[in-house]
Amino acid sequence: MPVLTYRDALTAALREEMQRDPDVFLMGEEVGVYQGAYKVSRGLLDEFGPMRVVDTPITELGFAGVGVGAAMAGLRPVIEFMTWNFALLAIDQLVNSAAKMRYMSAGQVGVPAVFRGPGGAALQLGAQHSQAFESYYAHIPGLKVVMPATPADAKGLLKSAIRDDDPVVFIEGEMLYNMKGEVPEGEHVIPLGLAEVKRPGRDVTIVCHSKTVSVALKAAEQLAGEGVEAEVVDLRTIRPLDSATVLSSVGRTHRCVVAEEGWPFAGVGAQVVDVIQRDAFDELDAPVLRVTGADVPMPYNKHLEKAAKVDAGKVVEAVGKVLYR
Amino acid sequence: MAGSTAAHRPRQGPKPDTATLAEDYRRWLRAMMVIRRFEEKAGEAYSLGKIGGFCHLYIGQEAVAVGSIAALRPDDYIVCSYREHGHALARGITPRTVMAELFGKAPGSSRGKGGSMHLFDAERHFMGGHGIVGGHIPLATGLAFAAKYRGTEQVAVCYFGEAAVNNGAFHEALNMAALWKLPCLYICENNRYGMGTALERASAIYDISERASSYDMINEVVDGQDVLTMKNAMDRAVERARQEKAPTLLEVRTYRFMGHSMSDPIHGHYRTKEEVEEHRKRDPIALWSRKLIADGIMDEPGVRALDAEVVAEIAEAYEFAEKAPDPEPGELYRDVYAGDKSVKSEK
Repeated sequence: MPVLTYRDALTAALREEMQRDPDVFLMGEEVGVYQGAYKVSRGLLDEFGPMRVVDTPITELGFAGVGVGAAMAGLRPVIEFMTWNFALLAIDQLVNSAAKMRYMSAGQVGVPAVFRGPGGAALQLGAQHSQAFESYYAHIPGLKVVMPATPADAKGLLKSAIRDDDPVVFIEGEMLYNMKGEVPEGEHVIPLGLAEVKRPGRDVTIVCHSKTVSVALKAAEQLAGEGVEAEVVDLRTIRPLDSATVLSSVGRTHRCVVAEEGWPFAGVGAQVVDVIQRDAFDELDAPVLRVTGADVPMPYNKHLEKAAKVDAGKVVEAVGKVLYR
Repeated sequence: MAGSTAAHRPRQGPKPDTATLAEDYRRWLRAMMVIRRFEEKAGEAYSLGKIGGFCHLYIGQEAVAVGSIAALRPDDYIVCSYREHGHALARGITPRTVMAELFGKAPGSSRGKGGSMHLFDAERHFMGGHGIVGGHIPLATGLAFAAKYRGTEQVAVCYFGEAAVNNGAFHEALNMAALWKLPCLYICENNRYGMGTALERASAIYDISERASSYDMINEVVDGQDVLTMKNAMDRAVERARQEKAPTLLEVRTYRFMGHSMSDPIHGHYRTKEEVEEHRKRDPIALWSRKLIADGIMDEPGVRALDAEVVAEIAEAYEFAEKAPDPEPGELYRDVYAGDKSVKSEK
């Protein structure tokens, strides 16, 4: 199986879907001539031309709305946000237009669009460029929220997202683009809404997504050295949430830590904890703990930034607590 | 006006014969009467508590929707703001269906789930009333993008009030439409007030059409009280969009005879009774009736009979809406996602 970067896996998904369906097009800032701010669209302009790889002005609200409108006409736009930080300018189009069109029209008009780009913190980009917004979008009925953690998932989930008939918020890990991994060639499609156990274990469940999957795997490795077998559950899709996989894991381990890059208040982890306390209350041997980004705007200084971010050490510490060690 | 320069004059099609024209003229009068009588009835129903939420009446602006939509093909796209009852009716959605939606009933255009501000009819390419000021302008631009992408001759038309032009979405959308030469028509219904804020208190320039010059977009000022003037201006803009993929901004000067919504009086803090009375002298239906009578196309008894016929049709629509069933309780979770099966979160 070929080894690809997360970036190239996304490119492969885009290329294959654009070859497969002439209604699929890519639109966003710097996607064409510049080959993508993060090079995800490298080579696509040459292959598909400027009508299908459309460079936009810096006008997030405007081109997100153009994407919604094109999708209302039945096209399948892939709208790239250079990062999800900038997409806040367009959130009205996602929340008030894309998410609600099917319902407001009683099923007459759908919005089969994908909105994608990097989210989460990178390195020392400061407060406005280091944010995890998945809980914003996951809050909204009508949207789906997908966050791949590996190259293989990036390809398989993006292909599904493009084929989906509903608007999909597809948040890529800004720190994951260079991650390498085996990626199946051709028709590799992962259904939305399915979590995956990335590492089996019997002592504790670590629920995570996107960047925190690598963090959790690193923590699990460290814990294994201490005789603790952690099971790592990668949500992959935040909405719809695969409660069954989470509950099944917690049913085996009886202890759980939920890790995410976002802020603690009303985060994705809060929703996961709600599911567990409601449907697996009797299975728990300890309260579920959350490991999140610090409840502050991201600082620039690298030591302060490290203190604000989720890392394996913090996850190991939380696991120690739920094991009462 | 840039729109009337020779370069942008439409190619002349075959001239319709007099009988066809007279038939069109009568149909436009009837369409305007349908909107007027519908809105009066909707206002009445609102006062009786039969219609809830917000309800924005179109009385006074009827010639804009009727004249402009008369210039469109059935496969052209229409996107509206929340003051869209008139456009929906002018597009041919039946008064029954629109009234039922206002009543929140099952046979409504969105099975009662959209309401006054969210009328849709995908078959007629009527792509919704939208409730966020300016937010729908990029949607029309996207529909125009789709037409160009597919190489069809369709155009997309977007209606919005003059208050929306101070919104970023307006500028972002017009810039892209001009940059990419999209077949999109932006129709600014300048009724002088965004809720209670007069144009002069909200906009640094008073000539909305000039906004288009920032994007080198063809623009025209149109008398929105005259249905024929509206139709002719629209014909020119549609022709440009279809043939040259050139977008247009039409600033249509009109006036809303009622309050912004049902919660404010016709006149009050922000405009005087005298001002409203003055504008009412240019009632689009009265103007057009007089013209048809003067031209000998109709006579006064004919106009009265037509109105009586419309009144009866609207009364029937009202009765239909009143008697129609509410949506089934199961409707609550339908159509959140495709396939009608709602993904009910995780419980």
